Amino acid sequence: MAAPTPELEPVIVAFCCHYCAYTAADQAGAQRLEYPSNVKIVRVPCSGKVDALHMLRAFERGADGVLVAGCLEGDCHFSTGNLRARKKVAQVQRLLEEIGVGPERLELLLVSAGMGSNFARAAREITQKIRALGPSPISEAIAARAMNRA
Amino acid sequence: MITAERKPLEEILQSVSSFDRILIVGCNECVTVCAAGGRKEVGLLASALNMSMLKAGRPVQLTEHTLERQCDPEYVDELAQLVTGADAILSMACGCGVQELARRYRDKPVLPALNTKFMGAAERPGVWAERCAGCGNCVLGVTGGICPIARCSKRLMNGPCGGSGNGKCEISDEVDCAWQLIWDRLKALGKTDLYEQNMDAKDWRPAGGGGPRRIVREDLTE
Repeated sequence: MAAPTPELEPVIVAFCCHYCAYTAADQAGAQRLEYPSNVKIVRVPCSGKVDALHMLRAFERGADGVLVAGCLEGDCHFSTGNLRARKKVAQVQRLLEEIGVGPERLELLLVSAGMGSNFARAAREITQKIRALGPSPISEAIAARAMNRA
Repeated sequence: MITAERKPLEEILQSVSSFDRILIVGCNECVTVCAAGGRKEVGLLASALNMSMLKAGRPVQLTEHTLERQCDPEYVDELAQLVTGADAILSMACGCGVQELARRYRDKPVLPALNTKFMGAAERPGVWAERCAGCGNCVLGVTGGICPIARCSKRLMNGPCGGSGNGKCEISDEVDCAWQLIWDRLKALGKTDLYEQNMDAKDWRPAGGGGPRRIVREDLTE
């Protein structure tokens, strides 16, 4: 009998705005709310500062999913950074479609600083979704190259 | 500025499919301003190409470089060493930049990654519109600063056609009737007499009808 395939442990990069999403993640921790360690947080000054290049490079370097998390609409510390983030995420989703990496691997999440439980739930949901999708074709290709070299 | 848009990724991939070492060259001028071929776009294209090639099981070597200006020989010269290590050059400049690279590096294939569109201005962030057709004989002084050649769908020189309605052109509700704009502007300036002056039939030779154009400034030539 073939050995069971180990469950995929996806790498998900979460760009979190300092003022809301990062604080929400922090609150989730303070409340002892569990969310998967697959979600690796990168703190940024504002979700609007997350460039298309940041998102794309994350996938290029093997991330299976990317989350851009900012403040609720109307609550951005810099007024409209979260709305810019929404447009940039849509732009990168179109580019991912062109490349052949599923655009559903990139998500936008808007939460307030007090929504720790929402952040933890979103982290669990995206991890489940990416696990169901399987590894990104890029992370698979990177792993295959590493195997060939070994 | 000269505006441009990136070609579909599939078309770019096909154009570079037979090369293993590709030099992607951006330009810091117009295509940076219209977010088509500056340093950032070079990075995005390199990343997209790298992922596409990895996915196809055919990784390639990609080098990124952005020149101050791709349509001037003195800037293009600085690429010499990078070009030596590349099988092909993928230019993210307008057509002028692509051709300058092709002229300077004769033994390397130079491929365009952009479609050059028009001479335009930014209407608002992210939106550019055609403003100048480079006709070689500017009439903006008598048309209230609005060009009937670049902005009238029929390039009419003496007032609107019957397709003008509610200030819009019949081709689309999103296109203003240039002659309506001209009339409104002349009225605001108190210069409607200019509208009454008939313009002669346009001589299209300075617009390119007389063959490829050049400017020679003797005081600047060496």
